[in-house]
Amino acid sequence: MLTFLNHLINGISLGSVYAIIALGYTMVYGIAKMLNFAHGDVIMVGAYVCFFAVSSFGLPPVLGVLLAMLVCTILGMTIERLAYKPLRQAPSLAVLITAIGVSYFLQNSAQLLWGSNQKMFPAFLSGDGISLFRGQINISTVTVVTIIACVIIMLVLTFFTNKTKMGKAMRACSEDKGAAQLMGINVNSTISMTFAIGSALAAIAGVLLCSAYPTLIPTTGSMPGIKAFTAAVFGGIGSIPGAMLGGILLGIIEIFAKAYISTQVSDAIVFAVLIIVLLVKPSGLLGKPIREKV
Amino acid sequence: MKKILAMLMALLMVLSMAACGGNEAPEAEAPAVDAPEGATVLKIGGVGPLTGGAAIYGNAAKHGAEIAVEEINALGGEFVFDLRYEDDAHDAEKSVNAYNTLKDWGMQIFLGSVTSTPGVATSVEANADNMFYLTPSASSTDVLGGVENPLTGTVDIARKANIFQMCFVDPNQGSASAQYIYEKHLGEKVAIIYKNDDVYSTGIYNSFVAKAEELGLNIVSTTTFTTDSQNDFSVQIADAKDKGADLIFLPMYYDAASLILTQADAIGYDPTFFGVDGMDGILTVEGFDTTLAEGVILLTPFNADAEDEATKSFVSKYQEAYGEVPNQFAADAYDCVYAIYEALQGSGVASDASYSDLCDLLVAKFTGSDFVFNGLTGEDMTWDATGAVSKAPKGMVIENGAYVGMD
Repeated sequence: MLTFLNHLINGISLGSVYAIIALGYTMVYGIAKMLNFAHGDVIMVGAYVCFFAVSSFGLPPVLGVLLAMLVCTILGMTIERLAYKPLRQAPSLAVLITAIGVSYFLQNSAQLLWGSNQKMFPAFLSGDGISLFRGQINISTVTVVTIIACVIIMLVLTFFTNKTKMGKAMRACSEDKGAAQLMGINVNSTISMTFAIGSALAAIAGVLLCSAYPTLIPTTGSMPGIKAFTAAVFGGIGSIPGAMLGGILLGIIEIFAKAYISTQVSDAIVFAVLIIVLLVKPSGLLGKPIREKV
Repeated sequence: MKKILAMLMALLMVLSMAACGGNEAPEAEAPAVDAPEGATVLKIGGVGPLTGGAAIYGNAAKHGAEIAVEEINALGGEFVFDLRYEDDAHDAEKSVNAYNTLKDWGMQIFLGSVTSTPGVATSVEANADNMFYLTPSASSTDVLGGVENPLTGTVDIARKANIFQMCFVDPNQGSASAQYIYEKHLGEKVAIIYKNDDVYSTGIYNSFVAKAEELGLNIVSTTTFTTDSQNDFSVQIADAKDKGADLIFLPMYYDAASLILTQADAIGYDPTFFGVDGMDGILTVEGFDTTLAEGVILLTPFNADAEDEATKSFVSKYQEAYGEVPNQFAADAYDCVYAIYEALQGSGVASDASYSDLCDLLVAKFTGSDFVFNGLTGEDMTWDATGAVSKAPKGMVIENGAYVGMD
């Protein structure tokens, strides 16, 4: 039973990292209707910025995180302006390929700038965490912080998109760009804003990802990015609570598959579950089915 | 009309390509190094991941080879080397393209691929061409060919007669590790975590298990991971801990190993960790808490802290030029260049020798009974027809943030 609980906690801890990345994916997809495959690499940039701020310049971790958010926001808006905006009218496949290109561009730039040598992310979220059952089960501080951050971000984003003016503009753009423009919404600046928020989230996700799994290399963001994308699809892409649910479930399934079936085929099991869910519920767990108007 | 246009375009393209070829030829023939009068200039090529996730290995090998070439050229002796490295981004297909680029450049001797998966691909090409191939670090048996699969007992890939390795071949590392653990009584209950999508890791794992069974080592837990799941090791570590393992064998590179050490420490589990040559480099990871690596044992051919003159000189030159401590990949590549240099001594080859002739000469020399090479990664190294090097692995233990020899 204790082992089971331990695996469950490990699963939630892995899942919460996926969830926080998935929130950024789903945010951009939900509004701009594009898959920003470079999201994972913005995460990597955020982690590097925080790494250098804290270990090379000796800034306090909070400032490091804020600096990473600032850099990533600027980076995200620049990418959107230079790479995606010119393709606003192009078919979505062209944007997708561009996003993959941006992803490689970021990875290789990071390698040129910071080298391919692995760096260990500073453990400023260490501490004892929460101990249960006389120390037999331990929930690390990183996990606690990640889950809290996830919930806060999820609530803030939901409030923002549902209640604020900017959020309403975003939802309008997501439903129909043309009509939104006719209603006096500046579509370009709205989408820029979406990218700014998505990238700031990526910076937070980068810091939390690297606090949990402290190896930092230029490809750090790519695989968690893809897993988080899977999580976002699992939960229903475009749905903010769905991203969180999908991420945590994906982490739990992955750990349970490893622990109780086989470490060899754990990824196969994770993706098999995804396929089954999508067969039964094509729009994901919390996704709204899209009605095609005829 | 359209047809004529198409033909015109085709003609233009052919012409422009011919023009390109014409432009390149003189450039390729111009000697890139200052050679003293009468010296033999030989073109040596190498392929490795200079970009991408494995770039640390490719760049280390390139830098190590560059230092060796600089030293040899500065001697002003009979031979002058012209070195060129091409990038393969740890991709088999790109490595074959890089090999062909080097052949077009006029490469006469090949330092092979730095990593194993591309190495398997380039060794096939070099074997078909009869190009001499001495890899610093592509340690898979599939690179050499002709080695029995320990699980099935069959030879899956025939021996490629002109392919040689400077590093230990993977099975040697696996069986040597099992032997070492057994002889020194390092662990009663052994757990293994290996990377099952990687030929290096699985190669060592297979031979380790075969040897361990022979010796009667007690393996209590075997778990795996892949490149895609290289973040979270909680399940693997918990499995080893629950089964009471007192030694964990880690046949993998240090990037994953550093995470395993960190995560085992987080749950307060402290067995003996035993690594292979891929563990080398763990102390140089920026920001890594080296106290976590205290007591880690590894088998490695090269120790940057060794006190001998050759190692000290290499390490200081490397640090001066590239600002970091060289790892075993750099030392292996350095040794490769020197081994070729020594093998060429007294051969009297000319600058325009064909690569095939050079290959026959070097193969005969390397497999000859009198060829013994002393380098940074070992003393009295010899090669036989299998292509594998014979040198003794050194058992090292990490104490106070430095390697200390165990023997």
